[in-house]
Amino acid sequence: MEIVGQLQKQFVDFSTSLNHEGFLDEQYLQLQKLQDESNPDFVCEVVSLFFDDSEKLLNNLATALQQQVVDFKQVDAHVHQFKGSSSSIGAQRVKNMCVAFRNFCEEKNLDGCLRCLQQLKHEYFLVKNKLETLFRLERQIVEAGGTVPVIG
Amino acid sequence: MGLAAAEAQFHVLAVDDSVIDRKLIEMLLKKTSYHVTTVDSGRKALEFLGWNEGNSDEAIFSPKNNQEVEVNLIITDYCMPGMTGYDLLKKIKESAVLRDIPVVIMSSENVPSRINRCLEEGAEEFFLKPVRLADVDKLKPHIMKTMGKETLNHENQDNDKEIVETEIQSQQQQTPQSNINNNKRKSMDEGLSPDRTRPRYNNGLTVMSN
Repeated sequence: MEIVGQLQKQFVDFSTSLNHEGFLDEQYLQLQKLQDESNPDFVCEVVSLFFDDSEKLLNNLATALQQQVVDFKQVDAHVHQFKGSSSSIGAQRVKNMCVAFRNFCEEKNLDGCLRCLQQLKHEYFLVKNKLETLFRLERQIVEAGGTVPVIG
Repeated sequence: MGLAAAEAQFHVLAVDDSVIDRKLIEMLLKKTSYHVTTVDSGRKALEFLGWNEGNSDEAIFSPKNNQEVEVNLIITDYCMPGMTGYDLLKKIKESAVLRDIPVVIMSSENVPSRINRCLEEGAEEFFLKPVRLADVDKLKPHIMKTMGKETLNHENQDNDKEIVETEIQSQQQQTPQSNINNNKRKSMDEGLSPDRTRPRYNNGLTVMSN
């Protein structure tokens, strides 16, 4: 099989696994559908915004939870934002972690929140890694002269 | 080429404090051939619409702004710091100049009381986030309802295919306002007194009073 074919297969397999493992849901597919010739970098741009926003939120969360007196409403506000953005790009596992996190905020459970923050970071960096791999595969396909397969 | 049938491109103002969601809604709207302006707060939305908080509660419109800016629909997030989407909706519906612009609310949370409150206040639709193309497709009828009957007659064939980017004339402003209020609002609106004091509405912030 020539290189483009191999890369395309890799891409499809990887995309499918990301979906099956719950890293990316249907919303990510929606984003891909919006991308077209006049906006060829749309998905990449949105995801980059997500990365920047997320890392800022994770820092804000860490800071908020380190305060002498923790303002759980503030923590919840950050998590709410994170939940929104992860939902908008289809980062399902991150979003689900945010849901759990909000429950702990509501209970004003500091330990629960701290644990959630760790898990949230973990999930975020996992999906970030996956997305970067996905984009890399896309680039390789295009550089090899092929077109990126449309999933779904 | 049917030059006579060239349509003005509709202008949607999208309000959302999330940069990601702004990008998303912008793309969704562009894909549906709307001209889009995005702002990150209710305050900026009102400024864009030419609304200036003059003395006390008198809304002062700068005529220049009003002519330059022609907005056919406003789509706003509900949860925003400062002025919520609901607050913005209220301000728009309270304004004689702005009240006929259809408003759609978006929210990541499915809270029936919230949805009802927005619809009662005059929102045309309530979209759950993440917003999809199928949702944006629902906007057209709301925009069309506010166009004058004359314009409607020209556009009763396949509007969707032929949207051409042209400069928007201030034609909508000359549209007789009276026939617009033939209720695009839900029927539950009638009989609801516009209770301006609205004790249940606590600044629209999520802070609860204990």
